Amino acid sequence: MDTNPSDTPSDLEHAPYTPLPDNPSQARIRRPFKVFAAIFASVIFLLSLVTLIINQSQEPLPVQNQNRSPSTSRPTKSFSKPEPRGVAQGVSPKSNPSFFGDKVSYNWTNAMFSWQRTGYHFQPEKNWMNDPDGPLFYKGWYHLFYQYNPDSATWGNITWGHAVSTDLIHWLYLPLAMVPDHWYDINGVWTGSATLLPDGRIVMLYTGSTNESVQVQNLAYPANLSDPLLIDWIKYPNNPVIKPPKGIEADEFRDPTTAWMEPNGTWRITIGSRHKKTIGISLVYQTSDFTTFKLMNGVLHAVPGTGMWECVDFYPVSVNGSTGLDTSANGPGTKHVLKASLDDTKRDHYALGVYDPVADKWTPDNPKEDVGIGLQVDYGRYYASKTFYDQNKRRRILWGWINETDTETDDLAKGWASVQTIPRNVIFDNKTGTNILQWPVEEIESLRLRSTEFREIVVGPGSVVPLDIGQATQLDIFAEFELEITSETKPENYGCRGGAVDRSALGPFGLLVIADKTLSELTPIFFRPVKTIEDTVKTYFCADETRSTKAPDVFKQVYGTTVPVLADEKFQMRVLVDHSIVESFGQGGRRVITSRIYPTEAIFGNAKLFLFNNATGVNVKATLKIWELNSAFIHPFPFDQIRME
Amino acid sequence: MFLSIATLLLFVSQCNIVQSDANLIQQICKRTPNFNICVTSLQSDPKSSTADINGLALIMVGVLKAKSTSTLNLINQKLKESPALKQPLTSCASKYNAILTGDIPQATEALQKGNPKFAESGANDAALEADLCEGGFKGSSPITASNKLVHDISVVTAAIVRNLL
Repeated sequence: MDTNPSDTPSDLEHAPYTPLPDNPSQARIRRPFKVFAAIFASVIFLLSLVTLIINQSQEPLPVQNQNRSPSTSRPTKSFSKPEPRGVAQGVSPKSNPSFFGDKVSYNWTNAMFSWQRTGYHFQPEKNWMNDPDGPLFYKGWYHLFYQYNPDSATWGNITWGHAVSTDLIHWLYLPLAMVPDHWYDINGVWTGSATLLPDGRIVMLYTGSTNESVQVQNLAYPANLSDPLLIDWIKYPNNPVIKPPKGIEADEFRDPTTAWMEPNGTWRITIGSRHKKTIGISLVYQTSDFTTFKLMNGVLHAVPGTGMWECVDFYPVSVNGSTGLDTSANGPGTKHVLKASLDDTKRDHYALGVYDPVADKWTPDNPKEDVGIGLQVDYGRYYASKTFYDQNKRRRILWGWINETDTETDDLAKGWASVQTIPRNVIFDNKTGTNILQWPVEEIESLRLRSTEFREIVVGPGSVVPLDIGQATQLDIFAEFELEITSETKPENYGCRGGAVDRSALGPFGLLVIADKTLSELTPIFFRPVKTIEDTVKTYFCADETRSTKAPDVFKQVYGTTVPVLADEKFQMRVLVDHSIVESFGQGGRRVITSRIYPTEAIFGNAKLFLFNNATGVNVKATLKIWELNSAFIHPFPFDQIRME
Repeated sequence: MFLSIATLLLFVSQCNIVQSDANLIQQICKRTPNFNICVTSLQSDPKSSTADINGLALIMVGVLKAKSTSTLNLINQKLKESPALKQPLTSCASKYNAILTGDIPQATEALQKGNPKFAESGANDAALEADLCEGGFKGSSPITASNKLVHDISVVTAAIVRNLL
């Protein structure tokens, strides 16, 4: 059975190690259980052997000469067998120890490091960033707050960074909005969300880690609502407004959501946690004034086996799929998205369902694809995502945090870590009815410089076609593919797993981004349609980082998933390339994969773009429109140059 | 007679208390890749007998810090003694600096403030840094034992933290 990285069973990821024999005194006490212990130990031993075998194959495939020259139809060399990938998706070198002494770190130069900085994705000038916080639109400005360490490129000393933009693309840094300066947040001003009240007030609820490391919810609000920049914030004098309730651990209670209003005029928020270690839950609180809160009975929803829910997000979407909805919207024609970041697996999951505001309960449309066991918001390196309702343009906008996948030594050397995705517009996919669509906000078009179009390029099996454009490090690529089947196709058993070197009948085909002209470094973004036994076609959408760099000390994963491709649709992808981050949107945003890459050769003018077809049984006809994108030149707000009225 | 029975009972009851806390260490350490390093490291700190899992993880981070510090000292010493190995030793120094100024403060703060996933990532990175340091010598490392120990302690730390996630 095909094991796509996202299908890896969790028991194999966390198989316990062989227990050592009990010491004699314990054996005396435990005699009745000796037989059971022996059987159990054997099972564990076998499981850990399996884990060991899978883990030993996690080394990246050896880099071999691809023997690919442009525009030939000569089949490329294929590698014998795809290496099984036992490593959990979204795991970094900071979560997966390698084997000892067999890897050498790369001699990074300052040029390589400085190239990694993004041109148009949001990141602070330096230091560490993680979760996006309290996004909102107010008096002409979009606001982004974010978890920020003002002292170092590692997580710690967490404050709220702050930036504003009129267009979600060109950001201006503002002073820190909140720092840990009260007993109730002295150990961290953590994640939170904004609610815009009908009377024009803004309330910010956020998690504080107290002087005793208890997770509490605090209230803050702008010091001056007539300041469109919302620079100064006041913390409610009687914080915290919510403490962990009975039955909830003091360190498992964080990330309050934006509030929604019920028909009776009271507000609700939801906060993620877990029950008995493995059941992910979201608690509901009621309030009228945002200073006193009442815990409602039960939970909004719970899913066994998913563990701690962080950064819960809960919002309505219109089933007619055109505009976003205010967080309080409900009723016929709406569904609700419930999303959680799973602490256990570092993945963001969501599900569509129906919200009952009377019972304060949400029910998934498809329990088999419930929160945490079904769809992911993004199938790549991605976490802690959060949406907000943009009342300016009536959109639901999604932010997501993208961590580094290089080493701490690298992060400290370059002095920064993490970026945010380009904000995405979220709507319901009324063609499939089972997922949301995410699409970069239209304002990204303001970065467009020149475009190059290619129409119906035919790429034979096993070939690579260079695309002659200008620079290839800041791009917005639209690509459409059609297949011409050249030989009979049998059912196959394939996924993304082996990456683009794995040849199957109908795929892989797609783009090679941030590739140098000798293809010593390349990042394939591709489709792999696969014929099934039932004579249908299942299509995988994948991003393959395994040869993105020669450097052995960064994490290079193959990410991907199946994507619905409807009968009348061509294979479509949109890819945002921005130095060390690539965002890939499959079938109009039905599935999205974010990747981090750290090339050593394919940088600056050496980075190129190619089309490729590594399938064995199809010609691929590709039509592309490729925009070169300007930088966003994100910089500090020019206070000295602009006088505020 | 009564006194000796009372004393015996006292000893037996003390043994039980010690055994039940030792049980937590045993249980946790069995779920790490190196039981012996785990147990020896934890027991080197008397606070481990009454610590919860979070406390045990913090003790382990302390052990990692101590061993990384001594390894960095060893690297600096070797830099004076072995000019031929200057390049890999210098590279190692920056990696151990990253462990000491990046991974360990991050892991410590994460455990103290209740956000353990950052402790797991810090510990895993420390293992990788030690591994890369060793790899830089391409087989002729003068500090293999130290690197291996730091690697193993890091991996044990990450495994202990995993219990908190």
